[in-house]
Amino acid sequence: MKLNKNIAVSDNGFIFNPLSGDSFSTNPIGQEVIRLMKEQKTKEEIVKTLAQKYNSEEANIEKDLVDFFQMLLSYQLISEHE
Amino acid sequence: MTKLTYERPVIQKLNTGTMNKFGSRTEYTPVTHIEGVSVKSLMADYGSPLFVISEPQIRRNYQSAVRAFKTRYPKVQFAWSYKTNYLNAVCNVFHQEGAWAEVVSIFEYQKAIKNGVPGNKIIFNGPDKSSDDLRTAINNHSLIHIDHFDELYMLIEIAQELKTKATIAIRVNMDTGIYPIWDRFGFNYENGQAWNAINKIMSAPELELHGLHCHIGTFMLSAGAYATAAWKLCDLAWNVKLKWNHMIQYLDLGGGFASANTLKGSYLQGSDIIPSTEDYADAIATTILNFGFKPDELPMLFLETGRSLIDDAGYLLGSVLATKRLSDGRRATIMDFGVNLLFTAFWYNHKISPAQEFSHHTEDMVLYGPLCMNIDCIRESINLPLLSKGDQVVVHRVGAYNMTQWMQFIQMRPNVVMVDAKQKVHLIRTKESIDTMLRYELVPEHLEQFKL
Repeated sequence: MKLNKNIAVSDNGFIFNPLSGDSFSTNPIGQEVIRLMKEQKTKEEIVKTLAQKYNSEEANIEKDLVDFFQMLLSYQLISEHE
Repeated sequence: MTKLTYERPVIQKLNTGTMNKFGSRTEYTPVTHIEGVSVKSLMADYGSPLFVISEPQIRRNYQSAVRAFKTRYPKVQFAWSYKTNYLNAVCNVFHQEGAWAEVVSIFEYQKAIKNGVPGNKIIFNGPDKSSDDLRTAINNHSLIHIDHFDELYMLIEIAQELKTKATIAIRVNMDTGIYPIWDRFGFNYENGQAWNAINKIMSAPELELHGLHCHIGTFMLSAGAYATAAWKLCDLAWNVKLKWNHMIQYLDLGGGFASANTLKGSYLQGSDIIPSTEDYADAIATTILNFGFKPDELPMLFLETGRSLIDDAGYLLGSVLATKRLSDGRRATIMDFGVNLLFTAFWYNHKISPAQEFSHHTEDMVLYGPLCMNIDCIRESINLPLLSKGDQVVVHRVGAYNMTQWMQFIQMRPNVVMVDAKQKVHLIRTKESIDTMLRYELVPEHLEQFKL
């Protein structure tokens, strides 16, 4: 899972897309997902990492992650997701 | 190692400019207790969804309203508007506080009688009173408020037949400067219909005209309209005195006082724009006191306010069934209660609070109910914390008109509990079951069996 080129991400969760000029904010788990994406982790790896750290089941995290990726796609921050 | 609390990841586009100069309103302060009783324990014990009524809040509301009127006018009597909430436990709290009963059907009338309200302390309003209903009301010396000429003539016949007198008032409709004018109930003041009805009544020996009644509208945002209404009723009473040398014993200004709910389309929050009970009381009392009656001629003032006395004493607790994403990217949250239970969602943007702690992150969402029907939308747009399946919420100010107008449609109706002043929880209406519904159905013999 890969962020599009030139997307700027700050440490406190602000995201800037220089192509569209749009700015975004995320919550701490959103920031963590984006950090894992920058580390070239797959969706499955991200789910496992979050499930180890947080009190939720993998199925629930995966459902939320799919929704999150869908939003990244609609905001043109990623180009594709399965 | 203890795991951290999970919250689903969200990303929100930042937009410059907000909806209005006050910014959008976010309800993320959790409501974990109602009158000191834990919301979680209520739902664990009685299920979800669940209506909760606060008995202390009803009493506070009632006492405050009575104080507002009695400090301004010497003779005041409240009558509890049954249609607003006719659960017996609720009615009896009002009756314990001293309220009479105001009913608009024989069903409500029978409820009041069964609750122990004396017949002569029941005000019988409404356009639907059969001859049998009127006989019952006459025999019980109830205050019959006549709605139309057909009822008036029927009442004269019945009183003649019973060889007794009926204690009556007429309902008067009028222009108080409020749109729309409620002219479908009662007799019109401006076109002389009310005065004609009064003259007919005064010339009928079977009828005793005790009062004049009006109910000028609902959720009235102008106290001044009540001053106009009170003046017009006083004018009729004054003319009855002049022409017939008869004193009208009471004026009934009805109800319609607003609660702090926010009407759909309102720019400001309901609590910021509604008149206070004192404003209504001031408008009514000042008008009657200044009209010119001698002190011993002052009529009794009846009030039938319902909504403003019960709305904020009622809560609806519910749970999130699911969350999803709509085609345009909006978040949709599906609750286990919908317009089947929350009829007032058609009129109000109800305040909804989470029942547990969340982070400060929120998102705009549509709140849907559980019905497989497109009309089942509780809030078209609301900003709430990141709700997930199983999370619980508290809907505020649902005490008026929901537990009477709720629908048994697709789902059955849930438990209703009342929390008393000692924080004891009482079940006051049990949830419906399949047996409740089947009790009233009959299947013809030839339809009892089939093969598939």
